[in-house]
Amino acid sequence: MSSVRVLVGTRKGAFVLTSDGKRKRWAVTGPHFGGWEIYHLKGSPVDPNRLYASQTSGWFGQIIQRSNDGGKTWEAPGGGMTTAPSGMPVVESNKFVYDTSPETGKPLTTHQWYDGTQHPWEFKRVWHLEPSLTNPDTVYAGVEDAALFRSTDGGQTWQEQAGLRGHGTGPKWQPGAGGMGLHTILLDPSDPERIYIAISAAGAFRTNDAGKTWKPINRGLKSQYIPDPNAEVGHCVHHIALHRSRPSVLFMQKHWDVMRSDDAGDSWQEVSGNLPTDFGFVIDVHAHEPDTIYVVPIKSDSEHYPPKGKLRVYRSRTGGNDWEALTKGLPQRNCYVNVLRDAMAVDSLDSCGVYFGTTGGQLLASPDAGDTWAPIVRYLPAVLSVEVQTLP
Amino acid sequence: MIRVVLPYHLRTLARVGGEVKLEVEGQVTQRSVLDALEACYPVLRGTIRDHVTQQRRPFLRFFACEQDLSHELPDAPLPDAVATGAEPFLVIGAIAGG
Repeated sequence: MSSVRVLVGTRKGAFVLTSDGKRKRWAVTGPHFGGWEIYHLKGSPVDPNRLYASQTSGWFGQIIQRSNDGGKTWEAPGGGMTTAPSGMPVVESNKFVYDTSPETGKPLTTHQWYDGTQHPWEFKRVWHLEPSLTNPDTVYAGVEDAALFRSTDGGQTWQEQAGLRGHGTGPKWQPGAGGMGLHTILLDPSDPERIYIAISAAGAFRTNDAGKTWKPINRGLKSQYIPDPNAEVGHCVHHIALHRSRPSVLFMQKHWDVMRSDDAGDSWQEVSGNLPTDFGFVIDVHAHEPDTIYVVPIKSDSEHYPPKGKLRVYRSRTGGNDWEALTKGLPQRNCYVNVLRDAMAVDSLDSCGVYFGTTGGQLLASPDAGDTWAPIVRYLPAVLSVEVQTLP
Repeated sequence: MIRVVLPYHLRTLARVGGEVKLEVEGQVTQRSVLDALEACYPVLRGTIRDHVTQQRRPFLRFFACEQDLSHELPDAPLPDAVATGAEPFLVIGAIAGG
């Protein structure tokens, strides 16, 4: 019988939740890395017991953790002793160094600071880890300040995919209130050369050549908080999702607006429809129905909680525009939590399970595609990310 | 033998209990102590000093013998009491809530 493993990153550690296919009784382990911010953890589709975790701290910086047994034990990749000619150990699993110009040795580019001046790139943390669809030792990291790194040795060393920052629009990128993070990485299951990424606040970008060259894919987005609302870059994209059977169709939760693209991001149309508010962070797609999508509307960019204190997931079965509120089992009064951009995921059991975590520490699950909900746990630290593995 | 006291999260990361005891060859300085620490516990590389610049991370301080040594030059000799092991070299994290 299949089972489910839910990987939860929080402000104060990681948690691993497991259940059989019924998804009624859950075992919870953690906190792993207690006291550290765990921005994201995710398993390899090729080897589900291979997990990667981003462990970060304002004091001690970035740590990458890896598990080979589904989260029971962890190690910093390459954390054992390897001595360089200088006599110093070589440990580079937490070394994220931006590329410089090969001609001048100077930084590739600067970005726009909050006050509009130019500012150098400074590494802060890894927001998102995306394991390869074909090789458990290959994993991508989306980082703040925004850049894409890749490891091909199981996280021991990282190399920037510098074509993204180097393509020319970097000086127009700017941080949002949460920093300038590359938070979304979508690998196209039908084309190993095609990758989508998203950055707050720069927008969405696509490569068709495995990361060598990139282009902004933001036509159709409108953002009133930038001087030219239709600009090529500068949009605060919160999250993008796709269904693996139809990877040229993208769904986006922007700062404001829920958007859809049917041409791999070349153009976007708004599909907010009858949502009570189209501000939000998460968006995800049903595992078996490519036109069934989920969002959690949040009141506004100034008030990061559900409208009227009612926590409602909205589901569209038509790929947007027509939305229904899902409320059974969700708090419908006095609820003022947020659901962050990487904190929703689905399983791929016959009856698709949907999961999301809140800044109030609740991990909510629906075993029936959103019709009914119940908390798996209620009192975790603020949830930063949720990923789900469906295990044989 | 040099004694080093790490903050809780670095002790957990390095999987050590109380004080760390290190052999340091040559002059005992911030740099030689941290080099020896990272040689014994490679997972600590990048957590106290930046990988590239080797600068102390901004929310950490170095104390010993009731002195703040954070802004001393990395190759300046540490107090004799640290060099002899009478006093520990303290790596301290800035106090913060949340």
